[in-house]
Amino acid sequence: MSSTAEGSARGRVDVEQVTFGYHRDAVVRDVSFRAPPGGFVGIIGPNGSGKSTVIKLISGLMAPWSGHIALDGTDVASLSRREIGRRVAVVPQETDMPFPFTVLEMVLFGRTPHLGGFAFEQERDLQVARSALERTGTLALADRPVTELSGGERQRVALARALAQEPAILLLDEPSAFLDIRHAVEMYDLLRALRDEGVTIVSTLHDLNLAALYCEHIVLLSEGTVYQQGAPSAVITYEHLTAVYETEIYVSMNEITNTLNVLPLDGRSRATLRSPASESSPSRET
Amino acid sequence: MGAVQSHLTRRRFVTVIGSLAVLLVVAIVVCASIGPVRIDLFEAIDPRGDGVDATILLRARVPRVLLAVAVGAGLAIAGAVLQALLRNPLAEPHILGVSGGAAFGGVLTLFAASRLPLPSYLLTPVGAFAGALAAMLIVYRLGTVHGRLQPYTFLLAGVVCNAFTGALIMAVNAMADLFQTHGILFWLMGSLATSSYRLVLSSFAYVILGGVLLGMQARALNALSLGEESAAQLGVDVASVRRTCFVVSSLMVGAAVAVSGMIGFVGLIVPHVTRLMFGPDHRLLVPASALVGGIFLATADTMARTISSSSEVPVGVITALCGGPFFVYLLRRQGERHFR
Ligand SMILES: Nc1ncnc2c1ncn2[C@@H]1O[C@H](COP(=O)(O)OP(=O)(O)O)[C@@H](O)[C@H]1O
Ligand SMILES: [Mg+2]
Repeated sequence: MSSTAEGSARGRVDVEQVTFGYHRDAVVRDVSFRAPPGGFVGIIGPNGSGKSTVIKLISGLMAPWSGHIALDGTDVASLSRREIGRRVAVVPQETDMPFPFTVLEMVLFGRTPHLGGFAFEQERDLQVARSALERTGTLALADRPVTELSGGERQRVALARALAQEPAILLLDEPSAFLDIRHAVEMYDLLRALRDEGVTIVSTLHDLNLAALYCEHIVLLSEGTVYQQGAPSAVITYEHLTAVYETEIYVSMNEITNTLNVLPLDGRSRATLRSPASESSPSRET
Repeated sequence: MGAVQSHLTRRRFVTVIGSLAVLLVVAIVVCASIGPVRIDLFEAIDPRGDGVDATILLRARVPRVLLAVAVGAGLAIAGAVLQALLRNPLAEPHILGVSGGAAFGGVLTLFAASRLPLPSYLLTPVGAFAGALAAMLIVYRLGTVHGRLQPYTFLLAGVVCNAFTGALIMAVNAMADLFQTHGILFWLMGSLATSSYRLVLSSFAYVILGGVLLGMQARALNALSLGEESAAQLGVDVASVRRTCFVVSSLMVGAAVAVSGMIGFVGLIVPHVTRLMFGPDHRLLVPASALVGGIFLATADTMARTISSSSEVPVGVITALCGGPFFVYLLRRQGERHFR
């Protein structure tokens, strides 16, 4: 609450011509984009195009080979882990927890960057955690061991933990991967509400419809480079998606919600499309 | 046991640690009063008595029980910390080959001490520590691929390291006939027999110092159970925490092995049982494991010296008899979790 309100003044992310690789080959090349304070940026692209790597780079886990990443104008490389942890929270693609911590304990982990090495949580830490549980709809799970939750429940708990960090910048890596459609929509509605409170959101998404629905700015990655970026309507188009994903993807406009609908074309329809003359047997093809 | 609250409060911490401390004192008194020779505790502490009971109590039993407490606490703390670091409840100094490395280091320095003008009681702990750290580093290297820990490779590397150091100890023993004072069983099976309060004191110094250093990492260890990347994103300086924990826990294992040989499975059973009873929060788990470890090893050692009337069973045999089946049980359970 408090820090998200003052977050309107903070939370700028600048990624400038970043190149990085895990081993010899670069997997992210010359990537640039920016997220203004309170912005909602979506990173899309096929598997292996470097989305997760970009998220990890922004959170300072690795240093770019070249280029810069700045949070509110300060180079991430010059910040300590703890300083980054106080500004940036990350919801990873998956969490695997070998020990039976309860959901509440997990969410209290979010207070780590704000607390000392051994200190017990104060009343305020508990309040922050409780409100994070409420907002993510996981309060009823508070006393359950996380080892017994479903993938989707774990994902919402991971978001609650990130919220307990009271970040100015929230990074998410395919947060809806394990969520059913209702919970996915609820999660993105919550992210939009957080954005309205001034939190900067940068999320990778595999669901292009959700990307079109929620993001203000889309970065489309292809093999580690930015293929196209801009407003959803400018990026999420037949030409771009079909070229990058290497399969036919159609985009239409939903006239009620005024948002884009993305529809991949299945193999059979693709075949009909390629040979409009042969009306006879669509099943016969090479 | 009581209902497990869903997070750690100061009150719960004080209650649990306080109760365990009382239990530990009771265990020390009971264990010291049990033995093949019956002694009367009141007689022993009576200054007007003949002194026989007092001698047995103060020269043999009390230092031995106290040493068991220190060694048990040290091994249990090391086990709890290694399990957190490796994110694997199967990690344990003995299984990971750290104890083996320490024993080999200790044997080597005994060998060196017989040719150097330095006393072995100074050299052996250093050697055991160096051996423990070296084994830890080798197993860690072998068990890590591209910076990522491979739990099963890691455990296998530990098993191999353990077998290898065991063979090396035998080889050194065969070549250099220097085990007049320390039988090879001392290194391979462990023994807590001592009458030296200096040994007891130095062991406690290691445990308390190491325990405080590791206890200070407790919140970081909690975060590390989410994995190294998530811990870093929560503001933890992972490299430094990992370094501190590996070095200090190796030091504690080295100190334990130097005075008692290889006593296995304490670091496996104790943290696991403690976690079941009091939850996985390392702020409580680390100190509680220390107390439970002290109680466990003091009890096991009392069994070892009283179970047979003719001769003593090595305490390592007792802990292995408890620990082996326990390990298999955990392994199967973990396998189920992975393949579900
Ligand atoms: N830890 C790692 N070590 C080595 N290579 C990696 C690692 N993580 C990802 N990669 C490689 O980097 C590329 C980009 O991966 P990633 O960023 O995970 O893509 P995405 O999230 O878009 O699927 C892939 O080719 C992947 O194989
Ligand atoms: Mg990814």
